[in-house]
Amino acid sequence: MSIAFPTPDAGILARRDAILAGLAPLVAPDALIVTEDERRAFETDALTAYRRLPLAVVLPSSTEEVAAVMRFCSENGVKVVARGAGTSLAGGAIPQEDAIVIGVSKLARVLETDFANRTMRVQAGITNLAISQAVAHEGFFYAPDPSSQLACTIAGNVAMNSGGAHCLKYGVTTNNLLGLTVVLVDGTVVEIGGDMLDAPGYDFLGLMTGSEGQLGIVTEATVRILRAAEGARPALMGFESVEECGACVAAIIGAGIIPVALEYMDKPAIEICEAFAHAGYPLDVEAMLIIEVEGSEEEIEDAFARIVAIAEPFNPRALKVAQTEAEAAAIWKGRKSAFGATGRVADYICMDGTIPTGQLPVALRRIDEIVKGYGLGVANVFHAGDGNLHPLVMFDTNKPGEMEKAEAAGEDILRLCVELGGCLTGEHGVGIEKRDLMTTQYNREDLAQQLRVRGVFDPLWLLNPAKVFPLEGRELDETPTNGREAA
Amino acid sequence: MTIHSPASEDEVRALVCDAAGRAVPLAVAGGATKHGVGRPAQTQETLSTRGLSGVTLYEPAELVIGARAGTPLAEVEATLAEKGQRLAFEPADWRALLGTEGEPTIGAVAAANVSGPRRIMVGAARDALIGVRFVNGRGEAVKNGGRVMKNVTGLDLVKTLAGSWGTLAILTEVTFKVLPIPQRTATLVYSGLDDTRAVTALCAALGSPFEVTGAAHVPGDGGGAGTLIRIEGFEASVRYRLGELKSLLAEYGEPGLVEDADGEALWRGVRDVAPLVTPPERAVWKISTAPSRGPALAAAIGAQTEARWLYDWGGGLVWLAAAADEAATRIVREATRAHRGHATLVRAPADLRAAVDVFEPLPEAMMRLTKGLKASFDPKGIFEPGRMYAGV
Ligand SMILES: Cc1cc2nc3c(=O)[nH]c(=O)nc-3n(C[C@H](O)[C@H](O)[C@H](O)COP(=O)(O)OP(=O)(O)OC[C@H]3O[C@@H](n4cnc5c(N)ncnc54)[C@H](O)[C@@H]3O)c2cc1C
Repeated sequence: MSIAFPTPDAGILARRDAILAGLAPLVAPDALIVTEDERRAFETDALTAYRRLPLAVVLPSSTEEVAAVMRFCSENGVKVVARGAGTSLAGGAIPQEDAIVIGVSKLARVLETDFANRTMRVQAGITNLAISQAVAHEGFFYAPDPSSQLACTIAGNVAMNSGGAHCLKYGVTTNNLLGLTVVLVDGTVVEIGGDMLDAPGYDFLGLMTGSEGQLGIVTEATVRILRAAEGARPALMGFESVEECGACVAAIIGAGIIPVALEYMDKPAIEICEAFAHAGYPLDVEAMLIIEVEGSEEEIEDAFARIVAIAEPFNPRALKVAQTEAEAAAIWKGRKSAFGATGRVADYICMDGTIPTGQLPVALRRIDEIVKGYGLGVANVFHAGDGNLHPLVMFDTNKPGEMEKAEAAGEDILRLCVELGGCLTGEHGVGIEKRDLMTTQYNREDLAQQLRVRGVFDPLWLLNPAKVFPLEGRELDETPTNGREAA
Repeated sequence: MTIHSPASEDEVRALVCDAAGRAVPLAVAGGATKHGVGRPAQTQETLSTRGLSGVTLYEPAELVIGARAGTPLAEVEATLAEKGQRLAFEPADWRALLGTEGEPTIGAVAAANVSGPRRIMVGAARDALIGVRFVNGRGEAVKNGGRVMKNVTGLDLVKTLAGSWGTLAILTEVTFKVLPIPQRTATLVYSGLDDTRAVTALCAALGSPFEVTGAAHVPGDGGGAGTLIRIEGFEASVRYRLGELKSLLAEYGEPGLVEDADGEALWRGVRDVAPLVTPPERAVWKISTAPSRGPALAAAIGAQTEARWLYDWGGGLVWLAAAADEAATRIVREATRAHRGHATLVRAPADLRAAVDVFEPLPEAMMRLTKGLKASFDPKGIFEPGRMYAGV
């Protein structure tokens, strides 16, 4: 329990009744949640070790209601934490006692589907999977597919710039977004972008994406939808060493093949997932890849013939190209249940750093050393094509001090990612979890520029203020620095 | 006109501090090949990035290349080609269009966010740009993003700087994601389709599972005219998809097949807007809309003023040449707005660019954010003031 929250504003807490009375006329009666019991449901997200009860929760049904609530909050100095489905692993949606939560769960409709132009307009609270399901009958889908897609919302995806297993080919949220309706902190509603490929002026769409609820409240989004490939099939390949596996990944990409997914699992992850899913994973290898390619039968055969030939020098073991739907499903079932399966054998925290893929063997060796140094275990599953690691640091909550050790190990792993040329977070976001590590990746000037941009949108720090930026160092020196002197 | 040519990021910082201290605005240029884009700026001094040159990082297996901002684009492309890779977004070469000479630089590709036909499949320059170093108007060296493809750490200033035309900061180093050059490229060329049918055909192709990487329509019957659909990949896969597309689009006639050097020339023509290069006194507009609204938008302009145009991005990007005067400008702006698009006046004489909006005018609230963003990077307004919008 090492991450600090700002001290709640006593003035706001004292005015709670007046604030609730001010909010009540702005939304439907059942959209304002005030009782402690009901507020409990909103006190945390998927970073469950941390929780804070919000002042109140509002669940608006329209952009206009969101705007009215925001206007009220900014006029009254009330902080706001936006919330989608609360699946953030970084604590991005955890409230604070002196803030209200604006949840977008009632804004969950598809507004417009345009197959000819391959776009779709949705309200922000719709789930990621529901978007794909709404267009599946025409063979279309929305590409970024976080493993949490059944629950997480497009609002959360935009706020975190979420990725998925298939982003090696299709990109992440920011690459698949065309337009947003955003309510600014003072209640002004702006339309950013539209239904075309590029937006006029500065790239505010790119800036909003990944801004973690700190620049405005997203109420609608226009996304690109894509026609799905004719077919897709995974293969699995085991390796006797991490080095051979890493070299094989490099060789595949070096040969000009970009599989739609390229997932890595290490020995502990293979064992945990196999015990849970009986996917037929090889238990006598050090590392394993799941490689998925897309296209017609003929194209898939051709691609696997190439991949198998490329892999040959790296001594792949237990090579298996799925021949049937059932085999394909089994191969993916193991990988997709990695988090759940690990949760059955231990408590864990899931890290999310990215490394340059060439550093893979070094990174895995050092992660192992770090975690062992704390007397804990680790299972590694990750997106090998882009170096986005998900080490699952395992511990036992019931043993005093173990969770703190796991957190410390996690922080060391993220520092390692930065040291190797990567970054703190590839897709889960900074939230509160990595907030205090930001200074390992960014220096004073780097952070100051981000804070200045943030200040354009929310000068008074009302929007999700406990997150992303270290609590220290938010005050900026406004005297222009002399570039020659600044370190 | 003084031209500063710093040789290091530290020198850039010193020059910026000096200019800020003297309150002297700076033009920011790489090869200055896109100098004539934007409102004419009142700058007496230019900061050239040409002294900041060289590839700083290239890892083919990681699909990433980094270079100092003034590195010639040609050098970056040659380095990549040696390993069978490329900047997949197909950066355009506007030298013929704008009547400029000089060497386009990689930093300017980022600052202008120019993307070619493949943008529909692989994204724009801003999607491939994964890391930047820059000097802001306070003379501070700042980095954002990095060298890895997946990175959501903090605010994405990389995207913010892409397409900012030098008005926010001076890019000193840029890092791009790259992709392999495919084994085979082939283009189906349909002839005789009017704009509406052509764009309907392109929409059908783009809505198919066959991964079209270029979808353009050049009206008329001269060289380079036709409705173009490009497929890339491994030989067997390209052969298969060409066949499938032909049957899917059977109602549009029997297409020709163009490959190799001819195919490259065809797409270079679309990318660089070759059909509209002459006559050089015409204004050239870049208009964005949803593909199926493209033909009506262009027709609405054509009904009111003499204009020629072509379509890229499946119909969603209309390049249009019209008279370089205020009357035609008004027609373009109004028709674009009526069809929910936005337009940039890419080529026009300086007096017209001084008299009319060059970039699409923004609603009041977005303008407020735009001015705020400018001030957050460049508080004294010394970088290319007024190039995109008055007062920005
Ligand atoms: C089992 C599991 C698997 C996961 N797998 C992946 C994965 O594969 N890839 C991946 O990228 N992530 C993954 N995640 C993380 C998480 O699902 C994503 O971050 C997701 O985008 C969060 O969406 P949400 O709707 O739950 O948002 P929330 O958790 O409610 O909020 C996330 C952030 O968005 C902000 N926000 C919410 N709504 C708005 C709004 N309307 N306007 C502005 N800001 C808003 C919040 O303030 C918060 O900062 C996983 C999580 C779990 C629990």
